[in-house]
Amino acid sequence: MSNGNKEVLTGHQVVANAMRQVEPDVVAAYPITPQSEIVEYFSQYVADGKVDSEVITVESEHSAMSACVGSAAAGARTMTATASQGLALMMEIVYIAASMRTPIVMAVANRALSGPINIHCDHSDSMAARDSGVIQLYGEDAQEAYEFTLMAQRLAESEDVLLPVMVTLDGFTLTHTAQVAELLPDRAVSDFVGEYDARYPLLDVENPTTQGPFDMPDYYFEHKLQQVDAMDNVPDRFLQVQEEFNDLSGGSYDGLFETYKMDDADYAVIILGSTAGTAKVVVDELREEGKKVGLLKPWLFRPFPAEEIKDVLLDKEAVAVLDRSLSFGSSGPLYLEVSSALSGEDTKPRLYNYTYGLGGRDIKEDQIAEVFEDLENPDLEDKMRYIGARQ
Amino acid sequence: MKEIRWHGRGGQGAKTASQLLADINLQEGKFVQSFPEYGPERSGAPIRAYNRVSGEKIRVHSGVDEPEVVAVVDPTLLQAANPTEGLSEDGVLLVNTPKSPDEVKEETGFTGEILTIDATQIAEEAGSGYANIPMLGALVSVLGTDYEVAEAEVDKALSKKLPEEIVEMNLQAFKVGYETLS
Repeated sequence: MSNGNKEVLTGHQVVANAMRQVEPDVVAAYPITPQSEIVEYFSQYVADGKVDSEVITVESEHSAMSACVGSAAAGARTMTATASQGLALMMEIVYIAASMRTPIVMAVANRALSGPINIHCDHSDSMAARDSGVIQLYGEDAQEAYEFTLMAQRLAESEDVLLPVMVTLDGFTLTHTAQVAELLPDRAVSDFVGEYDARYPLLDVENPTTQGPFDMPDYYFEHKLQQVDAMDNVPDRFLQVQEEFNDLSGGSYDGLFETYKMDDADYAVIILGSTAGTAKVVVDELREEGKKVGLLKPWLFRPFPAEEIKDVLLDKEAVAVLDRSLSFGSSGPLYLEVSSALSGEDTKPRLYNYTYGLGGRDIKEDQIAEVFEDLENPDLEDKMRYIGARQ
Repeated sequence: MKEIRWHGRGGQGAKTASQLLADINLQEGKFVQSFPEYGPERSGAPIRAYNRVSGEKIRVHSGVDEPEVVAVVDPTLLQAANPTEGLSEDGVLLVNTPKSPDEVKEETGFTGEILTIDATQIAEEAGSGYANIPMLGALVSVLGTDYEVAEAEVDKALSKKLPEEIVEMNLQAFKVGYETLS
């Protein structure tokens, strides 16, 4: 199965391996649907003695995140994984995990929310968590999901951050597809993530602390502002972690988002996750025809790197933002961020919003090429477009 | 880049064969994807699985609509699953059936290259009982993969899950499958 360090692994397997290499003290998870195979593989590693972690299987995702909060508050390095309805059920406690500043790392296999009932990929689950206070990273392929899971650990535990990190990977498209991935040596990962030394462990009876109490109007506001400060610290910390990770892996992460052939591009698309890979193929094809096109793929969605993205986009002719989730009665979540980033600028690109891929609807190269073709039309009407949907 | 589609029925090992093919292609230094099509899966229901093989990193993440090669593990799917859908006339249709290519041509109307192999019979004779492995042998032979490389990978992958005796039967079936179409 291996060729050098390369292996054929599914997205589930690479994330489970990242968790094995991080070797958290505790993984609390709901063990059946809508869970992903991540927890199944990880539990197997525990049963086989390949990793020394406590796996707590609970009766619901709500309990899973509750157990994670308790474990992380006690000072244990804590991870979990979920998807779709599971994340929706967790949501109440995801907010609490963020407000209690518990550095839980969680993988989310992006899958549609019900209803109608659907098991396939879109981003409605993680987008529903965008205001919860978790950091969100989106990966294009299994390799990025693996590397982000490792980097997430360092980011979450940074002293001036201490927030949960959600690492997302597209359901089925990445989670169930076997693809070539390269894992780092176990030892290198354990050196990279290091020992976790919780700052205020609840079980430190010599230094008692109060955690998760009632908070009246006289302090609630300030405590929320502390979360704001922590979130503001994320971009610098993420860049720092990337740099250290590159030293370890020989990788080339150097930003809060990836730009692909953007320098001289007139027309650009902005896409999260695996479809960005498909879009790169389209960019290459159109470049061969002499078209000046490019792609911007946010790695970090929360916090959203608005200033940095604005700087890249300002000199473009037109930009399309492709959302894989809806916000009924408004524009797509990613579009709103980009639109907000560009607001107040006198000279800026024409900006358009497309929705694609809901409930696992496939998106093809030629459909992305059509988006670029749309952008060349200076009179293109500003309205939401639904790629590949019957209307 | 080459795109391949498998047709099988749930439980026949088409997905396993697709993943084994990906492992074999990696050994050849290729980049790969292997993924099944997910619906309401159950034993006996028609399923599809896909492979992409390329000398370069594969970045496309959409489905496969126009495969160059189609491998049909269950002969009844020639009627039940429309296996020539999207397959160009330059493509190859590889079918597990005792029938001749001409008979399959008549049945499917496909005018491109048709290869047939009685993989069910081969698997029965070898004692392994699963047609997916001789079909894999036939397919890697069609793709021009080195036999030693492929056989070693199948051996390694099956040995993780199956007792030695069963692995040997499968390797025999793999070999006959490979030789039948080489």
